[in-house]
Amino acid sequence: MTNATTMNPSGRPRGIAPAPWKDTAFEWLTRAFALVVFSLLAAIVISLVLGSQLTLEKYGFAFIWSADWDPVQGNFGALVPIYGTVATSLIAMLIGVPVSFGIALFLTELSPAWLKRPLGTAIELLAGIPSIIYGMWGLFVFVPIFQSYLQPWIIDGLSGVPLAGALFEGPPIGIGMFTAGLILSIMVIPFITAVMRDVFELVPPMLKESAYGLGATTWEVVWQVVLPYTRVGVIGGIMLGLGRALGETMAVTFVIGNAHRLAVSLMAPGNSIASALANEFTEAVGDLYFSALIELGLILFLITTVVLALSKLLLMRMARAEGTRT
Amino acid sequence: MSVASPTNPLYRSRRRFNLVLLAASAATLAFGLFWLAWILGTLLLEGGGALVRATLYYQMTPPPGADGGLANAIVGSLIMVTVGTLAGTPVGILAGTYLAEYGRGSWFANATRFLNDVLLSAPSIVIGLFVYSVYVAKVKHFSGLAGSFALALLVIPVVVRTTDDMLKLVPGSLREAAAALGCPTWKMVVSVTYRAARTGILTGILLAVARISGETAPLLFTALNNQFWSTALDRPMANLPVVIFQFAMSPYEDWQRLAWGGAALITLAVLALNIVARSLFRKSA
Repeated sequence: MTNATTMNPSGRPRGIAPAPWKDTAFEWLTRAFALVVFSLLAAIVISLVLGSQLTLEKYGFAFIWSADWDPVQGNFGALVPIYGTVATSLIAMLIGVPVSFGIALFLTELSPAWLKRPLGTAIELLAGIPSIIYGMWGLFVFVPIFQSYLQPWIIDGLSGVPLAGALFEGPPIGIGMFTAGLILSIMVIPFITAVMRDVFELVPPMLKESAYGLGATTWEVVWQVVLPYTRVGVIGGIMLGLGRALGETMAVTFVIGNAHRLAVSLMAPGNSIASALANEFTEAVGDLYFSALIELGLILFLITTVVLALSKLLLMRMARAEGTRT
Repeated sequence: MSVASPTNPLYRSRRRFNLVLLAASAATLAFGLFWLAWILGTLLLEGGGALVRATLYYQMTPPPGADGGLANAIVGSLIMVTVGTLAGTPVGILAGTYLAEYGRGSWFANATRFLNDVLLSAPSIVIGLFVYSVYVAKVKHFSGLAGSFALALLVIPVVVRTTDDMLKLVPGSLREAAAALGCPTWKMVVSVTYRAARTGILTGILLAVARISGETAPLLFTALNNQFWSTALDRPMANLPVVIFQFAMSPYEDWQRLAWGGAALITLAVLALNIVARSLFRKSA
């Protein structure tokens, strides 16, 4: 027994098999895989830059604001798909953010405890439905109904409005950027709601109770106490949803109309970066065409990475602020 | 008269405003549930018929205008999801282990965690483009292996994230107890913390499987599609999402009916996986 407690020169108790090499090996194994994850993002950017060299050299930055897209003549510009991506995502945010806020408010403040879990799960299931299903349902079920009942009404009512009216002009054809944005908004609701719920739960009950104690209504507590307290986190959640909407492919591909034409009206068919890739990539002929499509992918990746990184930074700030308070 | 008396006009208007907005909040919830019900209802209505026909599961995808099933696509999807999960999971678990066990507080671990979170929501079509550039373009043909590779890249961030989170939940006293018994670090990780975090990590893997099962975009440029029965990983491989995409966009009614069947099948599978993962996690928590 005394043997086990006497130290040998290396500082290890005797009688215990030393296993330092296994320890080192395991640590380096995990570190190597962490390095794989660490370098993946850079690897993606590098491979896309290499793949789009032809158009990068030929057009430079002009690629971004040229609206030309003519595979036959060999002229390429990214403005139409970039516009489509940004416009559909903004529509998705305009609809999705207030709805997500309402749902998060309901689930954190109003819902009876026994309903919280089933309702929360149901909303989260929206995120589980594969995006191709949204696209199919959108094209075959939603578009015909939207086209014959809702759209003529929107166009009649809004196309007369000065300035903003131009956004709603055109024949009611069902598919187009507005439809794509609407379907995107349904898809981002679960993501934004989840973040909002999480950050709303972080508000110290004492703060809310103080406000209630002063006679504030539920809405006043939410608007003047909960929301200011969680502002950073809420914006982080919105950015997360935006990142999702920008990169969404299949749902948009089905309903956006895939027209390489710059149209102001949201009722007109357009194109997004992701749907241009999905539709044209396997049919592209010629190196320049490929290069143009890969550069589109690069642009999309850079935009979403910036948005998602921003979202992550904001959420981290929220978490850190929370850490210092408790 | 007290300020909160029901006759105070200011108090009443605040109450009214509150009620209106709370009603609006309930309405947004109804708005969310409305779409869920509509989509699931449509799937069962349009795809339910195809779903219960046995031919869906043993006949091949047909040429236009003929009757058939989705057997090759179902098997192709199963193969690619399995290979993708088997390839991505160990990478994710080991990288997550580094983040939670070794790299706590180091800038490298923090940077990796940050980049991983960005990858978690990165557009999947760009992952497909990446695999196309580094693999498909080099070997000059589409293949099931390339599809599995793209899916594995989607599995990794999900598994890294859950492994990291779950290992961090394991109390430090467990680790100290193992160390005090003379257990080497690697053994402590493998047989103590992994075991304690087992259900959580498994939940993450199930969620990753659920995510890649429905992914279409990354498969478009990697596995492509195959109209015939093929289990060779170095050939283009049929898979449910791409078949659904192709058949749904076609003008043929038989194809569209099959697409609805496939859509219902894939959605039910993915939602079931989601629910199983959740209930598993809840039981452990």
